[in-house]
Amino acid sequence: MISLKVNGKTYEVDALPETPLLWIIRDDLGLMGTKYGCGIGRCGACTVHMDGEAVRSCATPVASAAGKDIVTIEGLSAGGLHPVQKAWVEEDVPQCGYCQSGQIMAAAALLAANPRPDDADIDRAMSGILCRCGTYQRIRRAIHRAADMRQE
Amino acid sequence: MKNIINARRNRFLQTSLTGGLILAFNLSQRGPSQPFGSSPPAGSESTPADFLRIGPDGTVTMIINKSEMGQGVYTSLPMLIAEELECDWKQIRVEPAPVAAVYNNPLAGMQMTGGSMSVRTEWERLRTVGAAVREMLLEAAADTWGVPKARCHADNGMVFHDSGRKLSYGELAEKAAGMPVPAKVVLKDPSAFTIIGKPVARLDTKIKVDGTAVFGLDVKTPGMLTAVIERPPSFGGTVKSLDAARALAVPGVVEVVTTDSGVAVIAEGFWAARKGREVLDIVWDERPDAGISTDSLRQRYADLARNAGKVARDKGNFGAALVAAAHRLSASYEVPYLAHANMEPLNCAIDLKDDRCDIWVGTQAQTLHRDAAAAVLGLKPEQVFLHTTYLGGGFGRRGNPHSDFVVMAAEVARAIKKPVKVVWTREDDMKGGYYRPFWYSMFSAGIDKSGDLTAWHQRLIGQSIMTGTAYASRLIKDGVDVTSVDGAADIPYEIPNLLVDLHSPRVDVPVQWWRSVGHSQNGFMVESFMDEIAHATRRDPYQFRRSLLRDHPRHLGVLDLAAQKAGWGSPLPSGRARGIAMCESYGSLVSEVAEVSVSPDGVVRVHRVVCAVDCGRTVNPSTIEAQMEGGIVFGLSAALHEAITLEDGRVRQSNFDTYPILRMHEMPMIEVYIVESREAPGGVGEPGVPPLAPAVANAIFSATGRRIRRLPIGTVDMEKTQAKLS
Repeated sequence: MISLKVNGKTYEVDALPETPLLWIIRDDLGLMGTKYGCGIGRCGACTVHMDGEAVRSCATPVASAAGKDIVTIEGLSAGGLHPVQKAWVEEDVPQCGYCQSGQIMAAAALLAANPRPDDADIDRAMSGILCRCGTYQRIRRAIHRAADMRQE
Repeated sequence: MKNIINARRNRFLQTSLTGGLILAFNLSQRGPSQPFGSSPPAGSESTPADFLRIGPDGTVTMIINKSEMGQGVYTSLPMLIAEELECDWKQIRVEPAPVAAVYNNPLAGMQMTGGSMSVRTEWERLRTVGAAVREMLLEAAADTWGVPKARCHADNGMVFHDSGRKLSYGELAEKAAGMPVPAKVVLKDPSAFTIIGKPVARLDTKIKVDGTAVFGLDVKTPGMLTAVIERPPSFGGTVKSLDAARALAVPGVVEVVTTDSGVAVIAEGFWAARKGREVLDIVWDERPDAGISTDSLRQRYADLARNAGKVARDKGNFGAALVAAAHRLSASYEVPYLAHANMEPLNCAIDLKDDRCDIWVGTQAQTLHRDAAAAVLGLKPEQVFLHTTYLGGGFGRRGNPHSDFVVMAAEVARAIKKPVKVVWTREDDMKGGYYRPFWYSMFSAGIDKSGDLTAWHQRLIGQSIMTGTAYASRLIKDGVDVTSVDGAADIPYEIPNLLVDLHSPRVDVPVQWWRSVGHSQNGFMVESFMDEIAHATRRDPYQFRRSLLRDHPRHLGVLDLAAQKAGWGSPLPSGRARGIAMCESYGSLVSEVAEVSVSPDGVVRVHRVVCAVDCGRTVNPSTIEAQMEGGIVFGLSAALHEAITLEDGRVRQSNFDTYPILRMHEMPMIEVYIVESREAPGGVGEPGVPPLAPAVANAIFSATGRRIRRLPIGTVDMEKTQAKLS
């Protein structure tokens, strides 16, 4: 049994230690907001926070997440009110929406570490998260907007 | 799909000739000819209730027959209804339509989303629905108050009487439902629009930022198992022998079955299924001719290009004009197979009972996919209930005309008779075929003494997408798949002698439409070769195009707007250059100007893309802008990076490490300008894609003198030299 803390709740999970955290989150905990896109850490759709840092849950063995504080999109805020989520709504960012949980989790981690990122910071933090619909320009705008909101 | 566009135009023309804004109330759309879909047109008589329900609390539920795959139809189509309904926008809920003939796309004869057709095909019908229901609500209020309907008006979800009395739509809903459906309604003059044409925030944003939107992959019913399917290593292979013992020993694996598609490992979750699949012992029977490679295909196509193909367009006398020409120019172009690479890998959830089957799937082709599942399962189509989820990208792939990802799931369900979700890994998705075809084109042009273009020939070689599909009878004419020559046979430029011919070889690589279909290759090839001619004749590429479009004001409009906003001709920072292209597709015109620099070692950086679009009357400018941005990113990703290649019958790419798509740090600044227009609405999902690759390639030529004739660009070969006039 592996003890996991996800969105403030503790779960005892019966799984092989190398099972990717992603599939525990989706198949065992039933939290479907975190997405599968590539399974090799190359698209970022599965991004969650582990002790505040953005990690690719598809490439994170569940054993290495034991005892860590894990946050998924469902736990980022009550009612979608995190500044990043609000900025995403105001900029009307999503198209198909599939990658956006990962984008939002990565952006939230970026802003937590760097409240006023410039475009180069955004490139560095966000280039790991693919969007096939091409919402990158609006994502960039929304991150700047969220940074403004946090400072107000 | 030119004939579709033309058919559409004719319909608009007929409408305007037969009574202006008064439309007969006929919600059952029938196309200009009998549909070719498998769904019977019977039962397609419909009522407004097929599209709209108003609850006692005032909630307005709109039943939308198009799939939401990011293009914004769950907002733009409600806007059409709401414009006439005069409801409270905040009270709108969207519900995906079930499969029924009334929801057919009249131009396809089946329920489907594609061809940038959603707004174009629903533009009249949904406004008519909104107007009819508004009239029924007014009728109900007038009857309640015992006043003439003419003394009542509707606004923001309420009916008001001149006296100041008012009733909400929720209060009126039940009574209104019993009112007769008006035989005719008068639609608003566009000058009175309050919603259409205004930027409206998407209705599906909140659920896409809090993680609650349900995509196909997120569907889970009680007891639902997960399956992954191991498929043959080359297209067309079959299972010769299987030993599943090791797979069955993996904890969580429930069952292993062989189906027509391959070997399915069914487990309690994805990870167990995948681990089980890794230890399957399968011997495959591969086709003897399976050893195809991209190199051999290139050679085969180049050989084919020596011989005349089926004529798709023949205007004037190209042969004579080329002989008479003072100068000649020729070039060959090539583009690769491309994967759609939707962020959500393909999947399909299915629950088969004895006399009923439920399917949850992100699909662009409800009718085809339901019917295909029914055929596999031995059920009648009406016993199959297909539930459309949100689509994690479509780009055409989820409208597969052979229903591959639904058929595979139905085969598994038939074998195990338990609720199951078939999940494709990224590798399955990328290696699974149904690519944008590999295309080769040979061009030649004749130029007269004064430098004018007198003769143009494009010979195309590539697989037909429509062959063997339900669309073949309509879209293959005299052996020419019209989608192969979209953007080639119908180029708008005034050239007196024009010849376009086509070879459609059979190749054992499954192909399919990919956002913008034939325009995806022809936009690049035609607009690049046009640029070659401009440079060869020492004309400015923008002015050269203008000179060939004198009698095409809409084309000139987008070309001029893009050039002007991009500052065409104005100085740029050292090392940067601009390229321009213009394409017409799906009823819309788009011109793009790319601003590019190339490093000494050939690395391309696209700094800025200016896009001008004329898509007729606009519905949601915010969506149009987003679709242009998305089309530009999609086009740029393919132009710079993407290729599916084959070696010894195997697809060499498997995931985003070997099939890179555009990332944030490569993003150009994109500016979108929309031409104001009173023309009928055109499509917006696809038209942003075709001009991007040639705009970038033409800019690279301006920056470096290197002409890009093969995609993807990758890094520019700084050794290559440019073509010269002969």
